[in-house]
Amino acid sequence: MSFPLIGEAAAVAADARSVRELTGAKIGVITFPGSLDDRDAARAVRLAGGTAVALWHGDTELGDVDAVVIPGGFSYGDYLRAGAISRFAPLMSKIIDAANSDAKLPVLGICNGFQILTESHLLPGSMIKNDHLKFICRDQVLRVENNNTMWTSDYAAGQEITIPLKNQDGQYIADEKTLDALEAEGRVAFRYVGFNPNGSRRDIAGITNAAGNVVGLMPHPEHAVEAGYGPETVYSRETGVGGSDTDGLGFFTSVLNKLVGGAK
Amino acid sequence: MPRIVVDVMPKPEILDPQGKAIVGALPRLGFTGFSAVRQGKRFELTVDGEVTEAVLAQAREAAETLLSNPVIEDVVKVEVVEA
Repeated sequence: MSFPLIGEAAAVAADARSVRELTGAKIGVITFPGSLDDRDAARAVRLAGGTAVALWHGDTELGDVDAVVIPGGFSYGDYLRAGAISRFAPLMSKIIDAANSDAKLPVLGICNGFQILTESHLLPGSMIKNDHLKFICRDQVLRVENNNTMWTSDYAAGQEITIPLKNQDGQYIADEKTLDALEAEGRVAFRYVGFNPNGSRRDIAGITNAAGNVVGLMPHPEHAVEAGYGPETVYSRETGVGGSDTDGLGFFTSVLNKLVGGAK
Repeated sequence: MPRIVVDVMPKPEILDPQGKAIVGALPRLGFTGFSAVRQGKRFELTVDGEVTEAVLAQAREAAETLLSNPVIEDVVKVEVVEA
């Protein structure tokens, strides 16, 4: 008797018909020199029921992907500024054009991916070194402030989720005018709850563009997609207070459901 | 060979966490005369040949697009240094 892998079990448990439809959606995951979480991001896409497509930063064509994840890591060793060199990769210019086009390619930037999105000016503001100057790694509670984006629609507005956070240059900053505009337009997508781990302005953990197709955040949803390997604790399991192991899966099911349910 | 020096500094309104850490370390070594430190970056671009106005213009553009992020940094100097 053979047991399915944990990831396969999740797919088997889901409704077979919807899984087949979701598998039609192709989510590209771009790898740069120094990317760390590209494989985890691809795995998260598969666990959510989609098809992960490996993209290389030096490619000049995007292919027929329906959405793109820019994963975490230390592309180009964070040299110059985090994300500054990756932003000029050949494939990034294609992604920037596609995100700004009428097709509104959905793009999710996680951690270093978020830094690349701000360097690309797809999202406003920037990240500087954590205010306490140390690398930090912890399970972090976030509040979903905007669930009207391509990447957050499977969450409830105001829902609190717990996903891992790990960064050195995670302090989100922008001028007051930009921050006020982000708040007024509902473009703060996620806020840190209980503890601000890096000094980010107004506890901002992630933001969206006006159209809701480009979302970036510092914490890592792709590390909380599988039972047994997430932030869940005995306490949170028994009481329902605190995170579950799969709090991050909603990012990937959101975009897949949007793509399948939409005009595509 | 001539070089073009580009100096980039964090914008005045941006808190500079590294500078803050350095100013905290100075008095521990007995350097008590300094109330603030801001840390920037210096780039040296070696020029193959003569520094023409076109080369200088390229250096200025590179400084604004790649070497600095205008959201958090200012280019404070682009200057030719003869070797």
